[in-house]
Amino acid sequence: MPRIAIILGCIALAVLPLLGASGYQLFQLTLVVTYAVAILGLNLVTGYNGQVSLGHGAFYAVGAYTTAILMDKFAVPYWATLPVAAVICAVFGFLIGLPALRLGGLYLALTTFALSVAVPQLLKYKLFDDYTGGVQGIVIDKPDAPFGLALNSDQWVYLFTLAVGIVCFVLIANLVKGRIGRAMIAIRDQPLAAEAMGIDIAMLKTYTFAVSAMITGIAGSLGAVAVQFVAPDAFGAPLSLTFFVGFVVGGGASIVGPIFGAIFVEFIPNIADQISKAAPGAVYGVLLIALMFVAPGGCASIVRKLAARMPWNRKTT
Amino acid sequence: MDGVLHQVFSGIASGGIYASIALALVMIFTATHHVNFAQGEMAMFSTYIALTLIQAGVPYWIAFFATVIFAMVVGVIVQKVLMEPLMNAPVLASVGVFIGLLFIFNSTAGWIFTYTLKPFPSPFGEGGPLFGGFFSRHELGSTAITLVVLLSVWAFFRFTRLGLAMRAAAYNPTSSRLSGVPVATMLALGWGLASGIGAIAGMMVAPIVFLDPNMMAGVLLYAFAGALLGGITNPLGAVVGGFIVGVIENLGGAYVVGTELKLSMALIIIVVVLTLKPAGLFGKVLSSRV
Amino acid sequence: MKRRSLLTAAAATLATPSLLTRAHAATAVGVTATEIKIGHIVAYSGPASAYGAIGRGHVAFWKMINDQGGINGRKINFITLDDGYAPPKTVEQARRLVEQDEVAFLFNPLGTPNNSAIQKYMNSKKVPQLFVATGAEKWGDYQHFPWTMGWQPSYQTEAQIYAKYILKNKPDAKIALLYQNDDFGKDYLAGLKVGLGAQFDKMVIKIVSFEVTDATIDSQAVTLKDSGADTLVTAATPKFAAQMIRKVADIGWKPLHFLTHVSASVGAVINPAGPERAVGIITSQYAKDPTDPTWADDKGMNEWRAYMKAHMPDSDVADSGYVFSYGVCHTMLQVLKQCGNDLSRENIMHQAASLKDLAIPTLLPGVLINTSATNFHPIRSMKLSKWDGKTWSLFGDVITG
Repeated sequence: MPRIAIILGCIALAVLPLLGASGYQLFQLTLVVTYAVAILGLNLVTGYNGQVSLGHGAFYAVGAYTTAILMDKFAVPYWATLPVAAVICAVFGFLIGLPALRLGGLYLALTTFALSVAVPQLLKYKLFDDYTGGVQGIVIDKPDAPFGLALNSDQWVYLFTLAVGIVCFVLIANLVKGRIGRAMIAIRDQPLAAEAMGIDIAMLKTYTFAVSAMITGIAGSLGAVAVQFVAPDAFGAPLSLTFFVGFVVGGGASIVGPIFGAIFVEFIPNIADQISKAAPGAVYGVLLIALMFVAPGGCASIVRKLAARMPWNRKTT
Repeated sequence: MDGVLHQVFSGIASGGIYASIALALVMIFTATHHVNFAQGEMAMFSTYIALTLIQAGVPYWIAFFATVIFAMVVGVIVQKVLMEPLMNAPVLASVGVFIGLLFIFNSTAGWIFTYTLKPFPSPFGEGGPLFGGFFSRHELGSTAITLVVLLSVWAFFRFTRLGLAMRAAAYNPTSSRLSGVPVATMLALGWGLASGIGAIAGMMVAPIVFLDPNMMAGVLLYAFAGALLGGITNPLGAVVGGFIVGVIENLGGAYVVGTELKLSMALIIIVVVLTLKPAGLFGKVLSSRV
Repeated sequence: MKRRSLLTAAAATLATPSLLTRAHAATAVGVTATEIKIGHIVAYSGPASAYGAIGRGHVAFWKMINDQGGINGRKINFITLDDGYAPPKTVEQARRLVEQDEVAFLFNPLGTPNNSAIQKYMNSKKVPQLFVATGAEKWGDYQHFPWTMGWQPSYQTEAQIYAKYILKNKPDAKIALLYQNDDFGKDYLAGLKVGLGAQFDKMVIKIVSFEVTDATIDSQAVTLKDSGADTLVTAATPKFAAQMIRKVADIGWKPLHFLTHVSASVGAVINPAGPERAVGIITSQYAKDPTDPTWADDKGMNEWRAYMKAHMPDSDVADSGYVFSYGVCHTMLQVLKQCGNDLSRENIMHQAASLKDLAIPTLLPGVLINTSATNFHPIRSMKLSKWDGKTWSLFGDVITG
């Protein structure tokens, strides 16, 4: 019971900024939601399924470009690009997931990392120039609120992003709680035992990769709508690293983790910038390491500990 | 035909760079069973220390060994201060620390030493280019150094009790502890050695690509690829893998897919090889425990 | 010294705010009777953090202006933010500066993708996006983006200058091009196409690109040499330019070599590559190189060196970012002076587009800043110069693109 109350409370809290936040703050929050969804996708494959991906920026890029190209070249409305981006990213993820079956641990990490470096180069490849806009990228229009809603465009984009984000979180939460989620975790922890129990490891790993890519791709799509701009060099290795930092900070195999991770990667660089103009990267690194010492299991582990102390949880255990 | 030969030569020359870093990656993996994201940045930072010493008038080889010792001390400190307290924490915490270190070393180097490109001296002399300019004296000399390091590493792990103990401590800390191996000391030593080899690699690479805080960014991915291609557990394999990656990259870029797609092509080749031989070309397949 | 006393005099006369200034101060965003708020975005972190020097240079410059009493009695409140070279972050920081800090305008934001990401926003908000730090051609599009203005000569202009030179002096040249596969490098390709016109397909016999993520460009150098070309255009950032100079010399290739001005720094490119290897290389410049001995006793550069010594004593004078910063800040200073007491965004933009023959101490003699309602490219002129083994020696006239 209280769980649902907490979730509803969180959603209410997330909608609250619509009332008072400025356009700039709403934009920041939109990015937080976007990154949270992207990290959620990464968490599914790496946290729950144990397949390390250092290249989720690639799926984000594909989602973002799908939306940008459809809006710019084919005049498709932004909301209609989302399902297309989801499908394309799922297929892309499935294809990447196929060799990933045989590549464990480090090997997969390298392959996905190389993917994240290669994707910007593919995006600006001359054959696709007409669609991708080459190195200059694509500028797209900002959507206005539909149905004559009394919201400005920042408020609407935030609400839209939030709604899509909540759907993604609910879907993934249900997925990992069910039979499939337990199988994913079994594969991560005890692959041989999982196989002995009749889990089709190959199938499930590929499937997880595809779903993970789809979620991160949706985030890319949302990001493109919010930022109104895509360019190949914005989607290189640093973006993948950002997602990975968010994932580590949030904590593996957690549904709330990605939210904390997203808050970290969105706001900590701004704080680091305020502390030092000479070496903000070093400040960021120190804060990251400090957090790892305070919460080695990520923010989610702290949340779990706090939750365990709540009266309603104490009664049941 | 001449062109192909030139590309192969130039590929071997870049392959030498990848090989030296790949060797450092193998070293840290063998000695700690981690892949340190910050390895390249730590090597870059050490190279700046070497440059500072050389500019202060210290003779090259003294600066060289002083830097290696400095790098080893830094490695041991990192292990003792940052890694040891997290030994029982989830592995992701160590990954977080690695990424944090990467940011710290990169940003601090830019702050202290500036981002201006700096030439780094070669111990093998500038001299004239050899073989029509496809190898510089430095490229030959640094390949020789890589081979010396390779031999020492191999002999160390193969023939010394200390090497065996280090491998054991990394591979299975619990059993090693029960057999009386001082695991913490071994891991610290492993970090020190890996960091020292990284510093050597940095000092060998810098004369070729020039020294700046982002020196390692371009090299690391290819080195990583070389190490995995050859087998992350096999020093010789990693070195050979580094050379192979260098040559494939050049030939592919020049003749097959063009320079814009050569990384994608290298990626596909590596995935194919690893799919056929999951432990790399020369790696030993480790049987997994149930 | 003379300027300084002039400034203080101006400040003194304006210290007592008249009714007129108060009225203007009320309508202009980011401006009060005592302050002008300026926003700035640069990469202090991330892959392009080398450019952070420009931001630190700006901070020192405006602090100096404030120490001298400000402009027309107003102090500059300079807010500079980090975007890590990531366009989404640039949008966020631009919105913060415009909506939360309410700056009068954005000055010198850095990076082509970064400025592209905010250009539409800035123009729809009608906030000046002045003197952007990128050399793309598109920053002079006054018709579509009347609130955006570039500063440095565009890369395409530079490439056209080389094309003109080749057509005139070496009409039978076999040209090879090495370009960085990003917005910067591709502009040289575009500029050569425009400059050579119908001759492009015939004259350019080999085009090879590289990625900033590559370790070396040795392979590209070999490919270009083997193509049989006798003329080389290198559009690469400093690290790769230095590698190219060295490799071209080492493999015994002696083409007529044109090198982008971005990588013409003596201290950061030529000396690391080996000054003897670079002999004969042609570049085109608009600013003085702080590491070039030619300017060791130059009046303008001495002024800059004195400024560096007084205000940024611990900084690396070989970093061309500081020279760039000084030049672009001077331009901005002139615009603000010209604005007088009307610091509305319209007037700031209007004055930015009304610069006449402005000479900047750090720009080459003869390179003057000119803008108008139909010219949003403040610097259009460059001078060719050739590396003689010790310095860049300028030759020929000022060429205007």
